[in-house]
Amino acid sequence: MATAPTTAEAAGFPWGPRALIRRVRSGDELARLTTLVFALVVVLLAVMLVEQLWTNSAEARHRFGLAFLWSSTWDPVFNQFGALPFVYGTLVTSALGLLIAVPLGLGAAIFLAELAPRSLSDNLTFLIDLLAAVPSVIYGLLGVFILVPLMRTEIQPALKRALGFTVLFQGPLYGIGSLTAGLVLAVMIVPFIISVSREVLLAVPGDQREAALALGATRWEATWKAVVPYARTGIMGSIFLALARALGETMAVTMVIGNNPRISASLFAPGYSIAAVLANEFSEATGNLYLSALIELGLVLFLLTFVLNGLARLLILLTTSRGSVVQT
Amino acid sequence: MNLRMLWRKSVNVLMLSLTGLCALVAISLLFFILGYLAYHGGKDVNWDFFTKLPKPVGETGGGMANAIVGSGKLLLLAALFGVPVGLLGGMYLAEFGGRAVPFVVRYTADLLNGVPSIVIGIFAYAVVVMPVHHFSSLAGGFALGVMMIPIVLRSTEEFLHAVPRSMREGAMALGASKWRTISSVVLPAASRGILTAALLALARVAGETAPLLFTAFGNRFWSPGWSQPIASLPVMIFTYAVGPYEDWHRQAWAAGLVLLGLVLVTNIVVRTLLSRGTSPPRS
Amino acid sequence: MTQTSAKPAYNMTESAESSAMGAMETVLKPPMPSGSQTVLEAPLRMQVRNLDFYYGKLHALHSVNLQITANRVTALIGPSGCGKSTLIRTFNRMHETVRGTRLEGEILLDGEDVFAQDVTRLRRRIGMVFQRPNPFPKSIFENVAYGLRINGLPAARRGHLSDAVEHSLRRAALWDEVNDQLHKSAYALSGGQQQRLCIARALAVDPEVLLLDEPCSALDPVNTAKIEELLFHLKQNCTLVIVTHNMQQAARVSDATAFLLNGELIEFRPTPQLFTTPSDPRTEAYITGRFG
Repeated sequence: MATAPTTAEAAGFPWGPRALIRRVRSGDELARLTTLVFALVVVLLAVMLVEQLWTNSAEARHRFGLAFLWSSTWDPVFNQFGALPFVYGTLVTSALGLLIAVPLGLGAAIFLAELAPRSLSDNLTFLIDLLAAVPSVIYGLLGVFILVPLMRTEIQPALKRALGFTVLFQGPLYGIGSLTAGLVLAVMIVPFIISVSREVLLAVPGDQREAALALGATRWEATWKAVVPYARTGIMGSIFLALARALGETMAVTMVIGNNPRISASLFAPGYSIAAVLANEFSEATGNLYLSALIELGLVLFLLTFVLNGLARLLILLTTSRGSVVQT
Repeated sequence: MNLRMLWRKSVNVLMLSLTGLCALVAISLLFFILGYLAYHGGKDVNWDFFTKLPKPVGETGGGMANAIVGSGKLLLLAALFGVPVGLLGGMYLAEFGGRAVPFVVRYTADLLNGVPSIVIGIFAYAVVVMPVHHFSSLAGGFALGVMMIPIVLRSTEEFLHAVPRSMREGAMALGASKWRTISSVVLPAASRGILTAALLALARVAGETAPLLFTAFGNRFWSPGWSQPIASLPVMIFTYAVGPYEDWHRQAWAAGLVLLGLVLVTNIVVRTLLSRGTSPPRS
Repeated sequence: MTQTSAKPAYNMTESAESSAMGAMETVLKPPMPSGSQTVLEAPLRMQVRNLDFYYGKLHALHSVNLQITANRVTALIGPSGCGKSTLIRTFNRMHETVRGTRLEGEILLDGEDVFAQDVTRLRRRIGMVFQRPNPFPKSIFENVAYGLRINGLPAARRGHLSDAVEHSLRRAALWDEVNDQLHKSAYALSGGQQQRLCIARALAVDPEVLLLDEPCSALDPVNTAKIEELLFHLKQNCTLVIVTHNMQQAARVSDATAFLLNGELIEFRPTPQLFTTPSDPRTEAYITGRFG
C-alpha cells in the first residue's frame, strides 16, 4: 500500500531530485523559471521607478524639506523651488475637469446601461472606447487652435458678464488658463467615466430595478433611487480613476494652461500644473538642484495618483467583485 | 395626487432625455475631433509630408518623414521590450503562479499602469539617459515599452485564463507536459486575444508624447542607429503647435490627422476583426 | 503506508501471480459485495487497490478495489457525485492537475505502479476522452497528429504521419466523413464528429487503455449510437473503461459494470448479472430507478 504525493506535485513543488530532473527535462521547470523571471521584471521596474524618483530628488528634499510642498516661489535663477503653484494648478484643473465630466459621463453611462437597447449601447460604447484612444496631444492641438480662441471671444466674456461679480471669473481674458485646461481635461476623462460606470451599472442585479418598478416607481426613479445607489461605490471608483488620469495628464494641459507659476483665484488666469512644468522645463533644467526639484515634483505627482488609483480599484472591486472589469 | 403624478412623469421624461443628451454630446465629441482634424489637416497631408525632412526654422515647406520613421522605430523598440515581458510575465501569472508572487506582480502591474506617462518619462530619463548623458531612441523605446507592459501582462493573463480547462486536459491526457500543453494548445487558443491586446497597447503608446519629451527628445534630421535623439510624430505635433510659425501650425494639423488616423484605424480594425468572440480589454 | 513514487517498480511476478489467483477465485465463486475481485475471464490490465481519494478534507473515494480486464469494456455507473469520474481520472493521474487532492492506495497498469512511472509515458499508454468534445483549435489533421508529435513517436516522422492519422480516423469511424477536409478547423465539425475526432486523437498514440468519461453526455441519440458501435470494435485492440450516468448505455456497451455510491464501490460484476440479479439492495434500488 502506498500514498502518492499528489498534493506536492500538483502545487508545483517537486522536492525530490528525480522529480526535479524530470520536470527540467520536460521543459516545465525551465518554463516556470523563465516566465517567473519576466514576471519579476515587472516588479523590478516598479521598485526601480520608486527608487529612482526617491534618490534623484534627494538634493531638493534635503534642501527644502517638507516646505517644498507649500512654498509658492519657483525661481530657477535663484535656486528657489516650491511646489505649491503646480500642486494648486493640478488640483484646480482636475477638479474643474471632474465638475464638468462627472455629470456628463454619468448621464451618458446611465443612458447606455439602462435605456439604450443592448446593440445600440454596444455600438455607442465602441465609439466611446475610440474617443478614449485619441492621443492627448491631439486634444492639445484642438485646444490651442479651436478652444482657446472660442474661450477668448465667446465663452469667457459671457461668463464674465454673468458671473463676473465672483472672484472666480475676473481678470483679463486670455483664452488660455485654468478654466480652459479644465475643459480639455473634462473632454479627455469623460470616456473613462462612461465606460467604467456603464460596466458597474450593468453589474447591478436586475431585481434591484424590478423591485423599484414593482413599487410604482417611474423608470427614472428606479434608476436614480435603486440602481445608481446600488452602484455608487463603483461609480466613485470610476471617478477616482478619472481623477488620477486628470492629475497626470500632460500634453493637453501644457498646451492650454498658460504656463505661469502663480496662484490666482480667477479661473481665467494662466496657471501651471505639475505635469506641465515637467514637460516644459525638464529637458532644459540646468543645475542639479533644479533637476532634483523637478524630479521631486514627479514624486509628488506619482504619490497623488498612486493613492487615488488604489482607492479607485478598491471601490470598483467592492461593487463588481470582479477584478477584471477594471483595466485602465 | 394627479398633479404629483404629472410632476413625477415630467421629471422622468426630462431626466431620461438629459441622459440621452449626455450620450449624444460624448459621442459627438469624437466626430468633432475627426471633423476638425480632417478640415484643418486634410489639405496638408501630401507627398512632401511623408517624404521630406523638416525645413530649417523659418522656411516654409518640408515634411515629417523623419518623425514618421522615428515613431516607427520607437514603437519597434517598445514592442521588443514590452511584449515579451508582458507576455511571459502574464503567462507566469496565469499558468505557473502560486499565491504570493502573482499577487505582488498583479499589484505592481496595476501600479505601473496608473503611473502618469510623464513620470514614466522621468524614470526612463533616470535609468537610460542620465548614465550616458544623451537622449536616444533607446530611452524613448524603453519608456514606451514600460507603458505597454502592464496592459499586455494583464490581458495575456486574462485571455489565458479564458482558455477552457477541458482543452488543457485534452492535451495532458495525451501525455503532453505542462509547458507543451501551454505552448502548443493554450497559447494558440488565446493568441488572437493577446494579439488584440498587444496591438491596442501599441496604438496607445503610439500617441504618447510626454514620456518622449526628455528621452527620445526630438531631431530635425534623420536619426541613424539607436543611440541618438530621434523625432516622433506626437512630439513634432507638440513642438509645431506651440511654435510661432503659421507653416508649423499647418503641419501640426497634418501630423495630427495622420497620427489620429493611424491610432483610430488600428483600434477599429483590431477591435472589429481580431476581437470577435473575445472581449476587448479597455486600454 | 509508503510513498509510491519513491518505491521501486512493482514486482512483476508477484503481481501476475496474485492477479491470476484472483481471477480464478472469482470466476468460480459468487462475488463479494465490494471485493477486489475480477469478474471476467480474461487477463487483467489494471488493478485498483484500496484507493482512497480526498479533495481537501472531502473524502471522495473510500478504499475502492477494482480490476480492469483487458480487451473488455468496463463501465462505471452511479448517481452524479458518486465519485465515478474521480475514480477514472486517477487511472491516468489526471487528478494531479487539480490542486489540493490527495490519494492513498495503489493503481497498477500491467502490474506496474502508475505512480512510479513518468506521467507523460503513462498518459500515452492510457488515453482519455472527456465529457464534452475538446478538440484543439487546430485542423482536423493536426488534432490527430498532436499526440504523435508531442510524444515524438516514430509515426510522427514525415511520410508516416498521414498514414497514422488516416489509420486513427478510420478506427474512430470518422475517415469517410472528413477525408476531404483534413486541413479545415476541427471546430467546423458537428458535436458528434468532434467527439469521434477526440477518440481518434486519443487512439493515434496507440494506448493500451482508453478511458471515456461520459463521452456521450453532450451528444444526441444518433451520435451516441455511433460512438457505442465504435466502442464495440475498439475493444479488440484496446481496453476500455467508460463512465456513464446512463444505465442503458452501460448495459448495451459494457462487459462488466461497477456501481458506485457516495464514493464506495458497491458492486462489481459482469454486466448481465449486475442488471438482472444485483446482489446489493442499493444497486437494485439504483438500477430500478429508485434514486439518483
